[in-house]
Amino acid sequence: MAEQPGDFVIRIRDLVNAFGSQVIHDGVDLDVKRGEVIGIVGGSGTGKSVMLRTVVGLNRPVSGSIEVLGRDVLHLNDDERHELETQWGVLFQDGALFSSLTVAQNIEVPLKEDLRLPERLMAEIAACKIGMVGLPPEAADKFPAQLSGGMRKRAGLARALALDPQILFLDEPTAGLDPIAAAAFDQLIKDLQSSLGLTVFIVTHDLDSLFAICDRVAVLVDKKIKVGTLEEHLRDDHPWIHSYFHGPRGRAAHPAEMH
Amino acid sequence: MAPAATILASEEDGATVFRAEGEWLVVTAAELDRRLRDLTMPQGRQVTVDLSGVDRLDSAGAWLLLRTEHELEARGNQVALANLQARFTPLLEQVRSRGVTEPLPHPVPPHHSFVGFLARVGMVTMLLANRVYHILGFTGLVTVTLLRLFRQPRRLRLVATLVQMEVVGLDAMPIVGLLSFLIGVVMAYQGADQLRRFGAEIYTVNLLGVSILRELGVLLSAIIIAGRSGSAFTAQIGTMQVNEEIDALRTLGLDPIEVLVLPRLFGLTLTLPLLVFYADFMGILGGALMSWLVLDINIPNFLTQLQSAVTTTTLWVGVVKAPFFASIIALVGCFEGLNVTRSAESVGRLTTQSVVESIFFVIVTDAAFSIVFSMLKV
Repeated sequence: MAEQPGDFVIRIRDLVNAFGSQVIHDGVDLDVKRGEVIGIVGGSGTGKSVMLRTVVGLNRPVSGSIEVLGRDVLHLNDDERHELETQWGVLFQDGALFSSLTVAQNIEVPLKEDLRLPERLMAEIAACKIGMVGLPPEAADKFPAQLSGGMRKRAGLARALALDPQILFLDEPTAGLDPIAAAAFDQLIKDLQSSLGLTVFIVTHDLDSLFAICDRVAVLVDKKIKVGTLEEHLRDDHPWIHSYFHGPRGRAAHPAEMH
Repeated sequence: MAPAATILASEEDGATVFRAEGEWLVVTAAELDRRLRDLTMPQGRQVTVDLSGVDRLDSAGAWLLLRTEHELEARGNQVALANLQARFTPLLEQVRSRGVTEPLPHPVPPHHSFVGFLARVGMVTMLLANRVYHILGFTGLVTVTLLRLFRQPRRLRLVATLVQMEVVGLDAMPIVGLLSFLIGVVMAYQGADQLRRFGAEIYTVNLLGVSILRELGVLLSAIIIAGRSGSAFTAQIGTMQVNEEIDALRTLGLDPIEVLVLPRLFGLTLTLPLLVFYADFMGILGGALMSWLVLDINIPNFLTQLQSAVTTTTLWVGVVKAPFFASIIALVGCFEGLNVTRSAESVGRLTTQSVVESIFFVIVTDAAFSIVFSMLKV
């Protein structure tokens, strides 16, 4: 697979999603470049999470095409699909850790499934990932129910990173975290993104996160999508986008130079 | 195309050089790990790890490099990681700064030794004793709430109780009826088979009447209800526990015992005796039909014989146990539900446990009743 800069890892064309007669997305196009952090925002019910679930194949769209790493997600056989799934990691909203397994075992699940690694090496890799997401080593033997919300997210991130994927999908990674933890999580994602060369697809409500880590932002409005840099969105006069970025919270999150 | 990675050792100018090559990825990690472990590690020397041949690197590969560096340093070597392609440096630094942690040794329980076995037996015994203690405590708590309810009858949740009566009683009628009927059929058939040898077929009716009315009707219903409703109580309350709904009730000033436990307790205690009566009837009916078909005892003869075999006391001896069994099932079911911690897995585990425990306690209580009744000579 070619790795020249500037190629698109995700290409969405004319995507239509609907539940019954309720249309969520009506002809959405989106390109995500290799190595960029793209933020998906939109009001409640505009289908941000649906978008993410559609790209990773958890939700079947009515029509349209989705290519991830050059492969058509909607028409894959089981082997191709599995192959592709090792190339991305997904962090669900509350971590979605398997509650009957410890943190280390959660991280070992994808390792066990795909590779024949010796037990000791698997434990070493799990411990390494636990350290990389900033969890204390003792967290390895804890069960998800014994962790705080922020730690669960970090553990979920460690599991998503277990196979060193190229693309990371994050669903509201900072929701429910205190501002300090949220800022730390943003920094963590930024660090990992730059050192691991990840492409990050992040669904969020958190304006601070958007300003802190996103290269481009895709706004879901009127069942369509508007993609651009933050500066472009700040100049946009669509009423929703304007009130989103220029509302009291939006103004508070702007770095000073953007005024 | 399987990605390949190697590491080779050589001697150059009095220093040891490890040459790492290929794709150091999680997919090649198993192979690399084996090669690294086979490598003879020098001691107290100058070691250069030449990384110029590394084409691809991920965090698992970086971990292996750093582990090797660490092991070499631990043997008193001067280690230098050299010639890493610039694009991999941030990754290596990221793993070095945060990811270099040895996995903690997992505490291994001494499962297979005799002492381990004794320890397990002891632990399970203590757990059981602890459980019984807590169930008794819970029974006390419910009793106190119940007494409060007698003082303020307005606090009884009538609608919830009626809903429970419908769900646990009325909705269980098809299955309880069918199974009792079938047990009646089986009993009549097997009983007749044995008694025929003595020419005493007619006593099949006595066998049926006494065993179904005294024991089988009530035991069968209780076991079906424990499996059907006891498990549902645990699962419902347990799921509410997972969603923090129980905590929400408490903060709203509502007592979960009053709102959730008492309606279930009342619903079950009131309907199980009725179900038992119905199960008795269906069991006898199954037996009667079978007797008619196999033994040619027609229905009037069957009834005459039944009348001489059982009295209303026989019926009451069975039915009187029902409220006790119902309370056990409801209390254990609700208790285990409230015991659920905030994980989905504990809902499943405690639901199973609730059914096993309630059937266990039902049978133990039944045995206790038998002793009491034989002492009272009923």
